[in-house]
Amino acid sequence: MGLNRREFLKIAGLSALLGSGAKAAMDILAPGELEAAMETIPLTEGKRWAMVIDSHKIDDELMDKCIKACHREHNVPDLGTAKEEIKWLWKEDYEHSFPEQEHEFVSDEVKHKNFLLLCNHCTNPPCCRVCPTRATFQRDDGIVMMDLHRCIGCRFCMAACPYGSRSFNWGDPRRVTKVEKLKKLNPGFPTNHEYPTRTKGVVEKCTFCDERLAKGEPPACVEEANKIRKGALTFGDLSDPESEVRMLLKTHYSIRRKPELGTGPNIFYIV
Amino acid sequence: MYDGGKILTGLIIGLGLLLSPFIYNAGKAAKAPEPELTPKAKKANECVASKSFMRAWHMQLLDEWRNEVVRDDDRYYRPREVAREMRLDKHLLDQWRHLVSDGTRHYIPKKDKVYYKSLQMTCMDCHSNKTKFCDECHNYMGVDPYCWDCHIEPEEKK
Repeated sequence: MGLNRREFLKIAGLSALLGSGAKAAMDILAPGELEAAMETIPLTEGKRWAMVIDSHKIDDELMDKCIKACHREHNVPDLGTAKEEIKWLWKEDYEHSFPEQEHEFVSDEVKHKNFLLLCNHCTNPPCCRVCPTRATFQRDDGIVMMDLHRCIGCRFCMAACPYGSRSFNWGDPRRVTKVEKLKKLNPGFPTNHEYPTRTKGVVEKCTFCDERLAKGEPPACVEEANKIRKGALTFGDLSDPESEVRMLLKTHYSIRRKPELGTGPNIFYIV
Repeated sequence: MYDGGKILTGLIIGLGLLLSPFIYNAGKAAKAPEPELTPKAKKANECVASKSFMRAWHMQLLDEWRNEVVRDDDRYYRPREVAREMRLDKHLLDQWRHLVSDGTRHYIPKKDKVYYKSLQMTCMDCHSNKTKFCDECHNYMGVDPYCWDCHIEPEEKK
């Protein structure tokens, strides 16, 4: 028995036709869902969090305010030295933010501009691949999370992250309440009694404010920025074609940090 | 025996030193820990699970909570629902039976309450007297949990 050549070709042709039709049908019935699902992460409730930063609307003053809001919210200490700096949200100039785009004739405006940097919550995060304890992992909605209970402080993730988004606690962050010099830099530490601090020997980073998202609130930096200037930072769901972030990306030219590495960063910069 | 006297004296002194803590504490029973409830905890009259369960297995519950919150983003604890699930699922009940002496890991609370799974915000909200509640038993047992390395303990009035 079995199929003869003619029957096989008929079936193959028909299935190819159905296959391409299915894509079209999906596009009409559930726009955006298929392309989002085709990304490497599975979608829970169709979510893939992302942030759009409009560099025309944000300036240094606003960036500082966002950084302050973030650090206040998460008890991030200021340790005074660059070597021990804990970075959740920070700023950097164009050359160091987008090293592969830099050239000697870049416009003065962009050249001297600072950019707001944070964890890119990559679609294909290299940090999660190297973590030996799965302390850092990717949630179904794309957030690259830290489980600090599990972190053993090996710093593989710091070596893997091409964006420098991870910081190591070389010492107990709570020493800022004891050392006289650091006391002045961190008035009222810990500033948020509803959020823990970290401890010596763990790696920490931005978590896209998972604890706020769970309550339906936007990340602290986005909330702060929107209080002062609407649209400077926009947070939303990439898998929803009607979402604000998708609308912004559709209508503005945007760049990402080091996309050529294939990590799929989810922080977009409108320039 | 050469130098027998010296050796024997040395042995007696050595033995005496070794046993001195036992002799010193003889007849005195160490005080059993008496964790204190705050007025707020007393008024609430119920915890997230039965007293006997919490006494013996609060660390397992906290471990479950931290995993569920951080890894599954599952932040609310509903004792009634958990109890219902346990009764429906015989396998689950068997799995947990060894954990409780009186078979009541999850009792049915009077009110259908929902708790936010957080040591810092929920547990310590009622049990805001860490030194008189947590430390009382932990010190007695000689355990030193590292919860407080990161989680902020409530301020206590001395």
